[in-house]
Amino acid sequence: MPRLLRSPKILTGLFLSVVFAVLAIAGPFLAPYSPDSHASTTIGIAQPPSAAHLLGTTQTQQDVLSQLLVGGRSTVLVALVAGVVATVLAVGFGVAAGYLGGWADDLLSMLANIFLVLPALPLLIVIFGLLGKGGSPNDLLIGFIISATGWAFGARQLRAETLSMRSLDYVDSARIIGERRWRIMAFEILPNLIPVVATSFLFTVIYGVGTYTALSFLGVINTSHWSWGTMLYWAQNAQAAQDVHLEWWWFLPPGLAVGLFGTGLALLNFGIDEYVNPRLRSAGLTGRRARRAGLPRRSRIGMTPVLPTQGAAR
Amino acid sequence: MRLIARRVMLYVVTAIVAITINFFLPRLMPGNPALAVLGKAQSAESPQAVAALELQYGVQTRTGIWGQYVQYWNHLLHGNLGTSLNAYPASVGSLIRAALPWTLGLVGTATVISFVLGTLLGVAAAWRRGSWLDNLLPAMTFFQAAPYFFVAILAVALFATKLGWFPPSQGYDTATLNPAFNWAFISNVLDHAVLPALTIVLASVAGWIIGMRNMMITTMDEDYVLLAQAKGLPRRRVIGYAARNALLPNVSGFALAIGFIVSGALLTEIVFSYPGIGYLLVSSIGSDDYPVLQGIFLIITIAVLLANLIADFAYALLDPRTRQEA
Repeated sequence: MPRLLRSPKILTGLFLSVVFAVLAIAGPFLAPYSPDSHASTTIGIAQPPSAAHLLGTTQTQQDVLSQLLVGGRSTVLVALVAGVVATVLAVGFGVAAGYLGGWADDLLSMLANIFLVLPALPLLIVIFGLLGKGGSPNDLLIGFIISATGWAFGARQLRAETLSMRSLDYVDSARIIGERRWRIMAFEILPNLIPVVATSFLFTVIYGVGTYTALSFLGVINTSHWSWGTMLYWAQNAQAAQDVHLEWWWFLPPGLAVGLFGTGLALLNFGIDEYVNPRLRSAGLTGRRARRAGLPRRSRIGMTPVLPTQGAAR
Repeated sequence: MRLIARRVMLYVVTAIVAITINFFLPRLMPGNPALAVLGKAQSAESPQAVAALELQYGVQTRTGIWGQYVQYWNHLLHGNLGTSLNAYPASVGSLIRAALPWTLGLVGTATVISFVLGTLLGVAAAWRRGSWLDNLLPAMTFFQAAPYFFVAILAVALFATKLGWFPPSQGYDTATLNPAFNWAFISNVLDHAVLPALTIVLASVAGWIIGMRNMMITTMDEDYVLLAQAKGLPRRRVIGYAARNALLPNVSGFALAIGFIVSGALLTEIVFSYPGIGYLLVSSIGSDDYPVLQGIFLIITIAVLLANLIADFAYALLDPRTRQEA
């Protein structure tokens, strides 16, 4: 899809996602120190960046860069597991509810609606709190538990899309020639939902990163299991932002990492939205370009100008 | 009104599900966590505390699980959320009551500001597509993707520690002031609330802007908007017509977002050591105070359901179709 690749949002999003994927795989091998080892036991304040510690140290003289590199794997892994599992659930629930209709739809929709209004983070805090923070946590299990609270939004969207598709002629004809129900759902309807599924996947991965980081920041997940959230937990515990020295090298890297990872995925999401609905595009529609194209300064009602994306313009 | 009735039924069912989850979770966990706490408590707490806990978590009682469930409902309906482990003999209810006004004041105000501001900016961004507002979108995306509490940490570092414009923590100056209904106290509370509120607004406003902008762009192509302009209505009225219709998905989106915003706001409180529910939450996590954790979960669930109900009424008010159906 070369047209898709010309959107600057998609390109930036892809770039950021690839960087973080590489970081998750290679990070622990690149870390110069062990994230747990203390460089000194006599110094009691966090050290600013230096040649020995490129991102400085924590209060207990642990290397921030090593923690960042090691913690990335757990953060990205949990988010991906949560995203994949939640998307599978969303597709299953959403397409089945939309296509089957009747009482099956009522039941599945009710379930999805309950999970939509149930506040997810407090529920997860209770679950993880009761699981105990002592044992060594398993990233796969964490991802699974988070996914249980993140599938409902995607399911609702997919149900609506399926509903609008089930009475289309080609679905009707598939039904008339006697295709089985699961086959219609999986091979006739699902392929046409791919943009929605992709959006829903990216959305849940963002949700997974945020939720996992929040849970580890709160200290409900073992605080010696390195992730970007646990780094922020320790920084907050030591009041790194309130300290007169303002230990920015400690809390800035993990927070920026979470934010940039999320931004990358969100940009991909906007890119897909704009690909599907070109009216949303404003990329390249700067004041100068709009004037040159002879467009009015303010949008004229009843006509939304859609300009070709920048690469295809000339 | 049929719509409202259906929504109310959904919220009732959700509340029942939440309460049931709350009852069964500790009993389903591998190695009943209550036992571990009891082991710790038996040495430290009074016999009454241990007895209250045993009752709440169904340890060493002769009542079957169904009987315990009925008893649990009975307690809840009498407003009894159990006893705190950490602050025995304080009841969970009294701890939450003390913290709730702070959270409601902060989160409520900030959410309303964010919704109104975001919606207005979204309308403006749609009307002047390609203006400077569109260039702000990537930066806002970052604030939305970054966790609330990280935005809070940045706000503390910049505005409190570095510039010293606002106090960095707490709900009021606990060292010099006592809660009272006078100007000195109230102004102090407001002074302490500005930075946390600003953080919540900053972290949540992007969603409203983007949602409203995208809906507005779609709405402006509708025939009735064209007609409104064709018959010569002033531009302000035309935008008003379009915005009122574009607002609908944003109002129903409010229902989806409110749980997320409340959760984010709780984390913000922790960064500011703000004396609300979030702060209570983190201290009970630290001390394995399960009754308080579970009580907070229930209270937040009910608050979110009520907020949803208000959003539904607003929706019915905005959209005459939902009123005519019945």
